[in-house]
Amino acid sequence: MEDIILKLKNVSVSYTPEKRAVDDITADIYKNKITAIMGPSGCGKSTLLRSINLMHGLYSNITIDGTIELNGKNILLENPIEVRRKIGMVFQRPNPFPTMSIYDNVLAGDLLTGNKKSKSEKDEIVERCLTNVGLWDEVKDSIRKRGTFLSGGQQQRLCIARALALQPDVLLMDEPTSALDPIASGKIEDLMSDLKEKVSIIIVTHNMGQAARISDYSMFMYLGKLIEYDTTEKMFTNPIDKRTEEYLTGKFG
Amino acid sequence: MSFNSKRIGKDTLLRNVIILLSVLACVPLFLILGNVFVKGIGQFSLDFFTQTPPDTLSAKIALNNKEQIPGGIANGIVGTLMTVVIASIIAIPLGLLCGIWLSEFRERKSAGVIRFIVELLQGMPSIIIGIIAYLWIVVPTRTYSAFAGAISLAIMMLPMIIRSTEESLRMLPHELKEAGLALGGSLYTVTFKVLIPTAFGGIMTGILLAISRVIGETAPLMLTALGASAIQWNPMKPSSTISLLIWEFYNDPNLQSLIWSASLLLLILVLLLNLIAKQIAKQWKI
Amino acid sequence: MVKKLKQHMHNKKFNIVLYCAIAIIPILFGGVIASLTKGSLPAFREFGFFQFIVSTDWDVTEGHESYGALPFIIGTVATSLIALLLCVPFALPVSLFVGEYFRDTKIANTLGGLIDLLAGIPSIVYGLWGFYILRPILMSLGISENGFGIPTASIILTIMIIPYAASLSTEFIRLVPQEMKEAAYGLGATQAEVVKHVVLPYCSSGIFSSYILALGRALGETMAVTMLIGNTNKIPQSLFDTGNSMAASIANQFGEADGLKLSSIIAIGLLLFLVTSIINYIGRLIIKRSSL
Repeated sequence: MEDIILKLKNVSVSYTPEKRAVDDITADIYKNKITAIMGPSGCGKSTLLRSINLMHGLYSNITIDGTIELNGKNILLENPIEVRRKIGMVFQRPNPFPTMSIYDNVLAGDLLTGNKKSKSEKDEIVERCLTNVGLWDEVKDSIRKRGTFLSGGQQQRLCIARALALQPDVLLMDEPTSALDPIASGKIEDLMSDLKEKVSIIIVTHNMGQAARISDYSMFMYLGKLIEYDTTEKMFTNPIDKRTEEYLTGKFG
Repeated sequence: MSFNSKRIGKDTLLRNVIILLSVLACVPLFLILGNVFVKGIGQFSLDFFTQTPPDTLSAKIALNNKEQIPGGIANGIVGTLMTVVIASIIAIPLGLLCGIWLSEFRERKSAGVIRFIVELLQGMPSIIIGIIAYLWIVVPTRTYSAFAGAISLAIMMLPMIIRSTEESLRMLPHELKEAGLALGGSLYTVTFKVLIPTAFGGIMTGILLAISRVIGETAPLMLTALGASAIQWNPMKPSSTISLLIWEFYNDPNLQSLIWSASLLLLILVLLLNLIAKQIAKQWKI
Repeated sequence: MVKKLKQHMHNKKFNIVLYCAIAIIPILFGGVIASLTKGSLPAFREFGFFQFIVSTDWDVTEGHESYGALPFIIGTVATSLIALLLCVPFALPVSLFVGEYFRDTKIANTLGGLIDLLAGIPSIVYGLWGFYILRPILMSLGISENGFGIPTASIILTIMIIPYAASLSTEFIRLVPQEMKEAAYGLGATQAEVVKHVVLPYCSSGIFSSYILALGRALGETMAVTMLIGNTNKIPQSLFDTGNSMAASIANQFGEADGLKLSSIIAIGLLLFLVTSIINYIGRLIIKRSSL
């Protein structure tokens, strides 16, 4: 029996009172595994992902019901600034902070929150995180340069390093390769397979091939509801729900 | 975790400070509006709008008898009307055409240069524009005139109208123009029958704001229109305006209440123009 | 065929009209520089360009007239710089209020609208308010003896440029991409930290240029300053003293001036034009650089 890192219980998210973007989802996310959330446009997968690190709190028109438990505690009741140190996020378009160097970007989590560290600690974190994402050798000589000079794929790996520097328990990835070319995407997919030993990954993707390649578990969402949730192998070879099968065979989406 | 509670404390503090300072920034507005209204509303009457100002003796007598001073600012109202209308007749067509040119030929290098000059013109202090209108109109025609004043106002309005026209046209989807041309229209017909009407909201807002900007101007008019004590409709003669009258009254202690009522009238005009401009901007949002 | 030709002619005529219209802009600008220069030449020839700038004379007696611009330059610079400094603690919070904290809400629109109204008040009304309301306050506070001078003029200037600085910098604050801010929130930052480390650095040059442009505005302000600065043609002895500004001196003295005096006043106008144009140029340049 796998360890559970995150428990979603009856989670519903609404932008307007009449319509739920995420409708009553219950699921357990397993530790040190990659869980993919799939579905056609507008099915609510990004909304669900962003509710896990409490991003909805930035927008006053979004309401959320249900509980999300991390290590037994309902994070919906906790302070976002604490939750977000344990649950990190990588976004669709690489967004290193343009006014900071590569070095500072990796440390941004501490810089932003005023967490002071000694120089040797900082150097250690930067080297470790950049090595973990396979970027250290490529950038170690220009570490003080701005992050925006890197290629798209390198920038995204920098953003992953930035998220990892806080040593979160869970890493949320919102279509992290959709803005990248196939080679860069491939590098990131390889990276994710290495990373799952250290952190549990939940990835939203509309690329079924990607989900099939790297994820251990897959969720299929449609119109806000969770239609099917199983190991990737089972879901792709023998889906239970007809809608899942139609999506996977490209009939819609 | 006291480290976090310190951060949250700082966050709340900053937010509250920002709210407080923002509200404080608005306080002068209410003070000024309030003062002008309270001091000026008393003088409002039919006479105020139809009569010319009293001479200082009559005013003093009225004040001594604790009566409202007689007279009004009709000459100023006429003058303001004249100068602003003439200025608009000059600045609006010219500004529109320049804005169309800048939008049409925007990739050219010369467009960048012209845009830059327009920005510099916009930054020109109004008193300098007054000097220019004096040198260009008052000196050759050997007379102060409402027309010279109108020229100075037109120079002030021009950059604002050009920029708002260009920006409004720029915001239009380029498919609009292409569709018009594809139907066989010429640039002229497409511009005036499709583009300008569609961008009407933004253009009109810019024009109204330009008018509200110049309606209260004083400095350039001191050098060009000079002032007149009677109502007169000849643009080639000196003329008063509401703002010039305020300046005259300011220098005469007996005409104090007229100062506030004239200021109130100016503020009402500016307020109306601003509100109408905002309404139009809201309704015409693409 | 005829219709097509007509359209072609129409187009050609329209193009000519457009080009004629746009040609007026550089001609106008060139004309301004030419006229100001021509008008100032007698004064510069008489006193020398640099001598005129640093001279503090203002002697109107015939026979040995002597004019200089220094007191006015100092008055202009002093009041404008003070106004610039004083407006920041109000304009910056307003721009953060409207552009970040309450962005796109009704209350931000209301506040923005109120600040815009402040911008619409004519200069002369500000001067009146300053004269009748602010002066007595400053006198009773002991800041100024008769209420005139640099402090009064600076305070009014501050209120006048707050809306300008605020609305310009709001635009830049709004340009910060939402994703950039979300990335910072995603790392667990508070709003204050996001503003301090992400928002403000991102648009720092834009905000800086907004204040430069506001300074340009303050330098050219005429009526309100004329009514409050005291109009003494000398260098102010202290920050609480009376003085004069370039724009105010022109407004006050243009009326009866002729000959050398007129030329000197036009020379002051040329100097004011140069100063405001350079400041505006620097401000716009920074904006262009930052958006690249």
